Amino acid sequence: MAGSFGPGPLPDSADVVVIGGGVVGCAIARELSRFDLSVVLIERSPDVATGTSKANSGILHAGFDADPGTWKARLNVRGSRLYAELSEGLGIPRKATGSLVVAKDAAQMETVAELRHRGIDNGVPGLEIWTRDQVIAHEPNISPDMAGALWAPTGAIVCPFLATVGFAENAIRNGVRIVTECTVTGIDMADRQIVGVRTTRGRIATRFVVNAAGLHSGEVARLAGDDSFTIKPRRGEYILFDRSVGQLVNTVLFPTPDKVSKGILVAPTVHGNVFIGPDATEIDDPEDRETTAAGLGGIIAGARRIVPGLPLGTAITEFAGLRAAAGKDFIIGPSPAARGLVHAAGIQSPGLTSAPAIGEVIVEMLQDVGLRLKPKASFVPVNPEKPRFHDLDRESQALLIASDPLFGRVICRCETITEAEIVAAIQSPCGARTVDGVKRRVRAGAGRCQGGFCGPRVTAILARELGIPITAIRKDSIDSWLFLSRATLEAGEASHA
Amino acid sequence: MREFSYDVVTIGGGPAGMAAALAAREAGAARVLIIERDRELGGILQQCIHNGFGLRRFEEELTGPGYAHRYIDMVRASDIDVWLDTTVLAAEPDGVITSVSPHAGMTIVKAKSVVYAMGCRERTRGAIRTPGSRPAGVFTAGAAQRMVNMEGYLPGKEVVIVGSGDIGLIMARRMTFEGAKVKAVFEIMPYSNGLTRNIVQCLEDFGIPLYLGHSVTAIHGKDRVTGVTVAQVNDRLEVIDGTAFDIACDCVLLSVGLIPENELGRAAGLALDPITGGALADQFRQTATPGFFAAGNVLHVHDLVDWVSEEAAIAGRSAARHAQGELPLSGSQRSVAVGEGLRTVVPQRLSAFEQGKMSVRFYFRAAKPMGASLLQFWADGVLAFERKLRVVKPSEMIVADIPVRKIGDAATLEFRVLPAPEKIEADDEIEEEA
Amino acid sequence: MMARVVHAIQCIGCPIGCGGEVIVENGSVSEMTGFTCNKGLAYAAEEVVSPKRMVTTTVRVSGGSLGLLPVVSASPVPKERIFDCLRLLRGMSVAAPIAEGTIVVSDALGLGVDFRAARDISSVQ
Repeated sequence: MAGSFGPGPLPDSADVVVIGGGVVGCAIARELSRFDLSVVLIERSPDVATGTSKANSGILHAGFDADPGTWKARLNVRGSRLYAELSEGLGIPRKATGSLVVAKDAAQMETVAELRHRGIDNGVPGLEIWTRDQVIAHEPNISPDMAGALWAPTGAIVCPFLATVGFAENAIRNGVRIVTECTVTGIDMADRQIVGVRTTRGRIATRFVVNAAGLHSGEVARLAGDDSFTIKPRRGEYILFDRSVGQLVNTVLFPTPDKVSKGILVAPTVHGNVFIGPDATEIDDPEDRETTAAGLGGIIAGARRIVPGLPLGTAITEFAGLRAAAGKDFIIGPSPAARGLVHAAGIQSPGLTSAPAIGEVIVEMLQDVGLRLKPKASFVPVNPEKPRFHDLDRESQALLIASDPLFGRVICRCETITEAEIVAAIQSPCGARTVDGVKRRVRAGAGRCQGGFCGPRVTAILARELGIPITAIRKDSIDSWLFLSRATLEAGEASHA
Repeated sequence: MREFSYDVVTIGGGPAGMAAALAAREAGAARVLIIERDRELGGILQQCIHNGFGLRRFEEELTGPGYAHRYIDMVRASDIDVWLDTTVLAAEPDGVITSVSPHAGMTIVKAKSVVYAMGCRERTRGAIRTPGSRPAGVFTAGAAQRMVNMEGYLPGKEVVIVGSGDIGLIMARRMTFEGAKVKAVFEIMPYSNGLTRNIVQCLEDFGIPLYLGHSVTAIHGKDRVTGVTVAQVNDRLEVIDGTAFDIACDCVLLSVGLIPENELGRAAGLALDPITGGALADQFRQTATPGFFAAGNVLHVHDLVDWVSEEAAIAGRSAARHAQGELPLSGSQRSVAVGEGLRTVVPQRLSAFEQGKMSVRFYFRAAKPMGASLLQFWADGVLAFERKLRVVKPSEMIVADIPVRKIGDAATLEFRVLPAPEKIEADDEIEEEA
Repeated sequence: MMARVVHAIQCIGCPIGCGGEVIVENGSVSEMTGFTCNKGLAYAAEEVVSPKRMVTTTVRVSGGSLGLLPVVSASPVPKERIFDCLRLLRGMSVAAPIAEGTIVVSDALGLGVDFRAARDISSVQ
């Protein structure tokens, strides 16, 4: 089966249907694409990585937080290793920055020591307790009001969108079909065995379904008569700073954690920005991504406790992300109610880190419930490299323009993104369909002007490359159209008259 | 990689770049080049289709494209080289400029003098930290202006405008003309940041309410914008409890300030003024990097393009003289300070005066609106010059020529604006120097 | 009894934006204060009797390097007729090439006002 990406058509049948195109669903699909199987991934949005995967801390945790023996503990450490192996080949930007858990006083130093022991139990390599002086030498901008820290050399940062896109693209290259703008409306069962999935784009017959529906995984489970868990969305707010202050911190800086969360962190991004956040607010609406004055004020106060000289004037955007929390641990395993349904649900932190490891265990579980796996000789584990103009030296840049003149037209001036890169992002197997999709793949519009200059140009390139009118171009979600034609208003005016 | 050499290169082909290039050529620079990123000259003027440009420069009222056209015609009639669709990647302090374009590939230009003329960009929602969701339908006013005026698409039907900058006011009228309903303009400050004429002819003419001292405290909507929450603020700009109300809309346009687009300079270590966001420049518009000049909105954000053209001509002439080795080297520079009542001044530095120079023109922005005022120039702690101003508004630049003899060789130079003791009927005229 | 009305007028003639008063007695202007140039006086006097505005908008272009042509009224349009002019222009399309200053509509709606092209637009094959 040839892989594909886009809004349909939905195939009549598949060996496995994965519900949800977040980092977890895409990593699972990619793991399944190693085998001789027909795999269809269903995603309700026009793009992958539009739920929890689009707005999170982008951190590859070392793995000392979770209690030994939990899914979180096991999959975090394994996932962290897998990213180190996979990232380059899949085109996933990753930086091995290390991380520090900063202790303010002697009591927190005890907590930090406990974390170290837990980490050793979980198999985290290289953990060290650092003195105050060691921390300051490594992080000159840190608040001197602290006692020391836990240093985790395997802590790293990653681009969460490009991680998802990297897995998705590789899955597609290996035959997975991703059907977007397709919402699951029902799951067909025969004698407690899954036999098909009903969607807004028709029905697909299958005996195996992976529930990776993130914030909506509880609803998907219930469609199969499984009410074994409920998702409680937890919102976290963030502030992102300009690359001009990228030198503020060198590593991921955590405060010493409390019971609820890992606390407000200050961390670099793989693209050279700095962010602060997240807080943790339990909400009811799984689509409520509003930031609040109180929330933003809270994360600023929290971040200042670690880095007092926070350059607030260089903030370029604020956003909120949602974690699909469902209890203490991930919910990974066969549904107690429906044969053929396997959950990869309740994936909160360290879900991004764990994603490739979740892919491995889900495939094992599918095998356990009867899916036959035959390795595919044609499996290609890597994606072709995509040149990033901005990162190259002048000579390589000149060669690129000679190969494709569109590398000579800079569309996003803040991040120096060329038209050729934008066209490639649209024409790739897991190609961008929306303005935010372009931004997440190549960072056009992700800089300090936030698309003020390049937004209209990116919109025009999308329309040209996709062969659709400007009025059909969307920002992100299905109904997030950006522009009206003048005729629309003329008609409106006439009808009022 | 092809290599070229020029006497003067302007980076940017908007009003500043064109005026600088023309003045440089006129002042004797033999080889002058304009590098422009867009596919035509004119810069932001091409999307500013409203009228009101050029009253000072051409003594008639032109549209933005009309004003640009005057300069484009002059550039075309000259032997100035123009590279369109070309982006400068770097301008090193030694005058080596690397640029790229689809047609010419990567090109190296060695310039004797460089004029920064990259203009400015709009402040974004992130910069003003407006909470809420991130739906489609939130645009900076300038981005929306380009879509409406040059591409022919509309950003929404029911519009709320945040900030009362001129582009926002102009867009209120433009959207009304296109059949949209502009529900209100919200300005957090107790005064408008736009020109009075724009409040009259863009808002009052169409009954669009302007709420001063109001802040948009949240933007709502999941796919498209569905509305905003607004509240009154106190004099510390904090939200006043119990004043919040909601307005339904499908589009939010932001007009909350402009920032000089100085990334090239910053990458090359250019010394910047933290208040203007532009370079520190002397009366020749030479920056702290020798041979690098700056003009227009990349130096400081202007209210009128006429001033941009005038300033760019200074920069262009100076760049030509530098290329010819004639610009007096500033042995010691004096800094110019702003005190009470003022926020910015350009130039911020004074180099040695040229022979025969009678006065130096300064451009200011006021810190707050004031009625009848006195602009004062203090040299070494002594009041050396005073100019009457009928009214002072932060949205409008104050321009003053200070006679060289009043500046003398004073070490400390400071400007202030104070309330005038009596009503002033008319501003003191700016003395034009022949 | 004499009808005496005081109009507060904000001049839009130039960016200075003078504010003044125009006093109308029995239908004619009797006194003006606060305006600082002749242009402002003329504007203020007209503003209370028959307000006018310059109008700028765009019209569609066929075969051009751009899809829209900015146009400007050659002289001010009576305020109450602005939207009529916009409606007229909205329905129009002009063919490239177009030179700046070309009259796109002459004597729009019999108001005696021409609309002119505000820029050049070249044609594309």
